[in-house]
Amino acid sequence: MKTVTLAHGNGGAENQELISKVFYKAFKNDILTKSEDAAVIEDGNLAFTTDSFTVSPLFFNGANIGKLSICGTCNDLAMMGAKPKYLTCSVIIEEGFDIKSLEKIVNSMKKELEINEAIVVSGDTKVVPKGSVDKIFINTTGIGQIQQKGISSNSITQDDVIIVSRDIGCHGATIFAAREGMDMSSDLKSDCTSLFIQVKALIEAGIKITALRDATRGGVSAVLNEWANQSDVCIEVDEQKIPVSNEVNGICELLGFEAMSLANEGTFVMAINKDEASKAIEVLKQFENSKNASIIANVTQQYSKKVVLNSEWGTKRFLELPTGELLPRIC
Amino acid sequence: MCLSIPSKITKIDRENNICTVDTMGVERSASLDLIDQEINIGDYVLIHIGFAMNKIDEEDALESLSLYEQIIENIEEEERQAQIIRENKSC
Amino acid sequence: MQEIQLKDLYDGFRDAKTIKAYKKIIEEDAKKLDRTINIMEVCGGHTHTIMKYGIPQLLPSNIKFIHGPGCPVCIMPKERIDHAYILSMQKDVILVTLGDMIKVPGSKGSLQDARSKGADVRFVYSPMDCLKIASENPNKKIIFFAIGFETTTPMTAALLNTVIKQNIKNILFHINHVTVPEVMSELIDSRDEHVDSYNHNIDAFLGPSHVSVISGSKIYEKFPKEYNTPVVVAGFEPVDVMQSISMIVKQFIENRCELEIEYKRLVSYDGNIKAQELINNYFEKVSLFKWRGLGNIKDSGLKLKKDYEDYDAEVIYKDILPIEEIEDHKLCICSDILRGMASPTDCTIFGTACKPNKPVGSCMVSSEGACAAYYKYGNLL
Repeated sequence: MKTVTLAHGNGGAENQELISKVFYKAFKNDILTKSEDAAVIEDGNLAFTTDSFTVSPLFFNGANIGKLSICGTCNDLAMMGAKPKYLTCSVIIEEGFDIKSLEKIVNSMKKELEINEAIVVSGDTKVVPKGSVDKIFINTTGIGQIQQKGISSNSITQDDVIIVSRDIGCHGATIFAAREGMDMSSDLKSDCTSLFIQVKALIEAGIKITALRDATRGGVSAVLNEWANQSDVCIEVDEQKIPVSNEVNGICELLGFEAMSLANEGTFVMAINKDEASKAIEVLKQFENSKNASIIANVTQQYSKKVVLNSEWGTKRFLELPTGELLPRIC
Repeated sequence: MCLSIPSKITKIDRENNICTVDTMGVERSASLDLIDQEINIGDYVLIHIGFAMNKIDEEDALESLSLYEQIIENIEEEERQAQIIRENKSC
Repeated sequence: MQEIQLKDLYDGFRDAKTIKAYKKIIEEDAKKLDRTINIMEVCGGHTHTIMKYGIPQLLPSNIKFIHGPGCPVCIMPKERIDHAYILSMQKDVILVTLGDMIKVPGSKGSLQDARSKGADVRFVYSPMDCLKIASENPNKKIIFFAIGFETTTPMTAALLNTVIKQNIKNILFHINHVTVPEVMSELIDSRDEHVDSYNHNIDAFLGPSHVSVISGSKIYEKFPKEYNTPVVVAGFEPVDVMQSISMIVKQFIENRCELEIEYKRLVSYDGNIKAQELINNYFEKVSLFKWRGLGNIKDSGLKLKKDYEDYDAEVIYKDILPIEEIEDHKLCICSDILRGMASPTDCTIFGTACKPNKPVGSCMVSSEGACAAYYKYGNLL
């Protein structure tokens, strides 16, 4: 690794390499190396996380960078079973950025904070010369109060099954379709949503959750691979059961993507004891955002630390951690 | 090279020789510069890197699909026969 | 006539029941074979389908695949990538190419590396996207690094056609289009020094889907006629591939050796004449084009005709574009793998010095190469 490339930010294999060889190496500690969505601190009572948002375009079907910046961080807290409470908001704005757009972004953030019942208590604003950032970059950091302890990607066992909360790939597909130079239109919409409401409902229904993760960069594929690796298990996915909308399928066909590797911003993956699975699905189906929640995989010891896709016609293949920059295939 | 997909034509701009195609709910425009067959709205074409490459022969497609139905029926019939024989043997 | 829906054109050719039915048919027919048949799928899209849908797991042990060089990204030699690299580093040049190409390393690095060093490298979905880039950057030279087989060549020709018609002054072309039948002949009729005897393991070809849409199946005539090697032109969906394999097996048990078209809904004998004419208008054959891992193959590449020299980046920038040949890595056995003489696991650097994110040879470079597929799907093959 001599220079940082775009692939290092993909949420997949190269991203992991950069993090472990540079950052983990320097900041080594037990909490950090657990690699959860949020750090669990203060004796398991609090969750603490940070995220930066550099999405382009800033406004897209279903959300904008503001909504995303709140959802992203609040969801990372929710994925540890924590109720989001306090956030910070740090922005780096390019000289010349339009104030009306800024207000639109900030209003979306306000709305999303209200949904999460959280507040921004501290912030920072920087303005840099034209060309130093791409319009606006936002960082949010959050602290939440853990409602159910012990949720961890390192604890998955063969007693668990894997549930995905809704049809996958909407955010990644929407962003690709909206990007300049990819002149196409469709009903695609980002799935960007705050997830704590659903997590809260699961906890209140008395469901013991093994692991939770929102499938952001690298998609469901990245989550399952990380889990298989962290818990040292094999995750066997029933390909037929993965929910994908027609529109996302359309983009995947057009550009040669796999829906499992596309980013999501309001979709989560859950590992849960098989006895509690149907109850959990029932709870999730109450919400518009998770009305097509499905059980998609079992946990076995077939191939250590690997994710296997089982097809409808009896074949199987490994689902690898996504690598490289997400480029459309040409052939 | 091989990432080419079947799409349905929803609009045609004859002046600029461009069409709008629908691929499972995603609409895109594609050039008709490589097509010398007659093209109408509702036709199916193969799209590759922004161009319609060829019209899909619907008759041939349907023929293939019926062939497959026939094959499946034959195999299912064979399995039914084999099952009957197995059941008779065990009597 | 019964109406067909767009959905049928996808689902119908991916149907699980149909795939299972062909599995049975092939199994039964293969019992009548007195030998193993090695089928080469030439095209990268077929390799992808075969790997993605696990087709080898459905076939009996006497039917095997040899993965062909049908990936224009994989076979791009280092020398040509270096051209792209050098051009991209020129002041006021925007180097534009299609997707995967920016990841492939030449001897100086990949276009991705050039970009991280400050070069303006962009990938586009369609060659026509160059027009927008050119109009937005009137003071820059847009160089389109054109790659691809016969499927993609007409689109480059169409772009050039538009550039000429609209009198656009800032788009140039670096042409790396290659043709399929020549490499197929090369693999069968090998005169390469690496191969000890006139010996190849290819018994039949699964003909490329979309090359054939453009060029017609006529380009494969010589294989059954002169090389006694059947060709079935297959669609790229899993049912198409299974049906085509079934057709090949039937040829062997019925002692036939023919050119057949499975992909009837899109491929004809003559192909797309308009596209062929467009290609012939602007391009001519290069006497030798080097394929990464295979060496020089006669008449397998295309270049712009002399009349269009003004648009040819290779001519305009010839003073800075090197012509020395770069040796392939000594331990790379891609040429043997492509001929079916070796498998990826026979290679001493497979998985160690040669990996998907650090590829040495053509078979590892793109996700459709044999080595990349073996690396990814591991022991499930």
